[in-house]
Amino acid sequence: MRRYRLIEHTADIGLVAYGRNLAEAFANSAYGLFSIIAELRPVREVESHTVELQEKDKESLLFEWLNHLIYLFDVETIIFKRFDIEDFDGQRLKAKCYGEKYDPSRHRLKLGVKSATYYLLKVDAEKNQVRVIFDV
Amino acid sequence: MPKWSGPLEKVDDYRWRIPKNYKPGMRVPGLIYADQGMLQQIREEQALEQVANVAFLPGIVGHSLAMPDIHWGYGFAIGGVAAMRMKDGVVSPGGVGFDINCGVRILRTNLTEDEVKPKIKELVNALFTNVPSGVGSKGKIRLRAGEIDEVLVKGSRWAVQQGYGRPADLETTEENGEIPGADPSRVSHRAKERGIPQLGTLGSGNHFLEVAVVDQIFETDTAQVMGINRVGQVMLLIHCGSRGLGHQVADDYVKEMVNAMSEYRIDVPDRQLACSPVESRQGQAYLAAMRCAANYAWANRQCITHWVREAFCRILGKCEEDAGLELIYDVAHNIAKIEEHTVDGHRETLCVHRKGATRAFPVGHPSVPQKYARIGQPVLIPGDMGRVSYVLVGTERAMQETFGSTCHGAGRVQSRAAAKRHLRGSEILKELEARGITVRAESLPGLAEEASEAYKDVTAVVNVTHKAGISRIVSRTRPIGVIKG
Repeated sequence: MRRYRLIEHTADIGLVAYGRNLAEAFANSAYGLFSIIAELRPVREVESHTVELQEKDKESLLFEWLNHLIYLFDVETIIFKRFDIEDFDGQRLKAKCYGEKYDPSRHRLKLGVKSATYYLLKVDAEKNQVRVIFDV
Repeated sequence: MPKWSGPLEKVDDYRWRIPKNYKPGMRVPGLIYADQGMLQQIREEQALEQVANVAFLPGIVGHSLAMPDIHWGYGFAIGGVAAMRMKDGVVSPGGVGFDINCGVRILRTNLTEDEVKPKIKELVNALFTNVPSGVGSKGKIRLRAGEIDEVLVKGSRWAVQQGYGRPADLETTEENGEIPGADPSRVSHRAKERGIPQLGTLGSGNHFLEVAVVDQIFETDTAQVMGINRVGQVMLLIHCGSRGLGHQVADDYVKEMVNAMSEYRIDVPDRQLACSPVESRQGQAYLAAMRCAANYAWANRQCITHWVREAFCRILGKCEEDAGLELIYDVAHNIAKIEEHTVDGHRETLCVHRKGATRAFPVGHPSVPQKYARIGQPVLIPGDMGRVSYVLVGTERAMQETFGSTCHGAGRVQSRAAAKRHLRGSEILKELEARGITVRAESLPGLAEEASEAYKDVTAVVNVTHKAGISRIVSRTRPIGVIKG
């Protein structure tokens, strides 16, 4: 099953992520985000971080989830590539995220992502799809 | 992406109006500065819908404005200006953008192309090494515990006190590089955590350093006042912003304002337009935090300026006095400011949002540095890396029509993915070299994304602002060396 597809936007870049359930679509949106930031193939799963979030609705949860990961990348320089969602109910999310600290000798960064935005942001609980536009 | 098919009324050759009745809920009409040719391009995407959406925001006065470099953004279009009354208007973090105080500065030199060209490769390499750039780049500045708060309050002055640059730089920076009303207690721990290691870095995307040469002077006397003396003179451009600190401030307050919308019974067509009354707790907290991020960006450009001067003098074998390297001016192009303007014949205090737009104050305005009192505020408009850049000045007409604002750059016309499909970074590198432009880039695909073809022609953009009278063209430069993040 396809995890995500990129959306072209003049100045920025967006994606639609899919899943068998909404939790998986959230995980795949994060995978899509890091595919924009870096070449993921050489990244190993040697570091992990647990992310726990509670928001007022599923849209804010998606915004916060992706921005939290951008923040972690910025301060810890960890490129994440696997996201195991352990708990999810549309307002609450707990995930274990695996990846590796950026190593310029083995990894290639592609594009800096400043933030996820609310513009055209959509969480479709029926189709198990999410859409987000990033500011890059 | 659907084309925009809404109504546009021609005001004159350079002004087009979106009538207020286009969508119920618009409080003011939209006004777009563009020529006929540009409109075709602008209609290809949803930027004009965003101009109309901004007109919904409470307290907006005049028009929801779009500069000729307008393109599709998120929430607000890029190239947008919106002014809200203090007393009943709102402030929106989306109206500033995630890269708070992204901006440009230009340094003049006493050297000519003939003197610099033989060493351009060494110079570009030295600039590339001396100024950290690229995705996730970390700086060489080590702040003491708590020192970040000083940076956030003092901005450029902090940098100059640390030995990065000259006291005179402060006089020729918008807000003197230190906008008052910055309160570090309004900036989250996370934002500071992101900002501390990144101070003094260029970042990635469209940020750059450029070695440029003056190739045409349109207003000799005005140019002289800025120290732009002759064709062939070498200039240095720096374009960057507030890095992760600004991005986090924007995130934090977009989130807070999304939550506060129901409290103030504000309804907007797009969550990214989330806002709060300017005078509210959230509005004041955002402005205090945004000013911190703006000051951080000024400190950032100030530190980079120091390393640029260092590299330039070392490679060219000159001392700073001989090289010149004075800062002509530094402008912010993503910011919200509290300013006085005349609206329908009355003086009003307004919160002016400029997102991808530059302040363009005229002769005699108290915010214009003494040095430029008789020419007006310098406006710096970078083109893309293969083309020219411009220096303009602000005008009285801008004061009357656009809250003292003009365009900020070329404006994208092609998505990053499209640019990469059509062009390879390595080919662009070769083509630029063939045209006498030396380039160093952190990432080759990144280079393709920033190719000339992805942008509007900056000359067409500044011509519209010039002909519409909202700024005047003074001089043009062309690049000979570029460093991309």
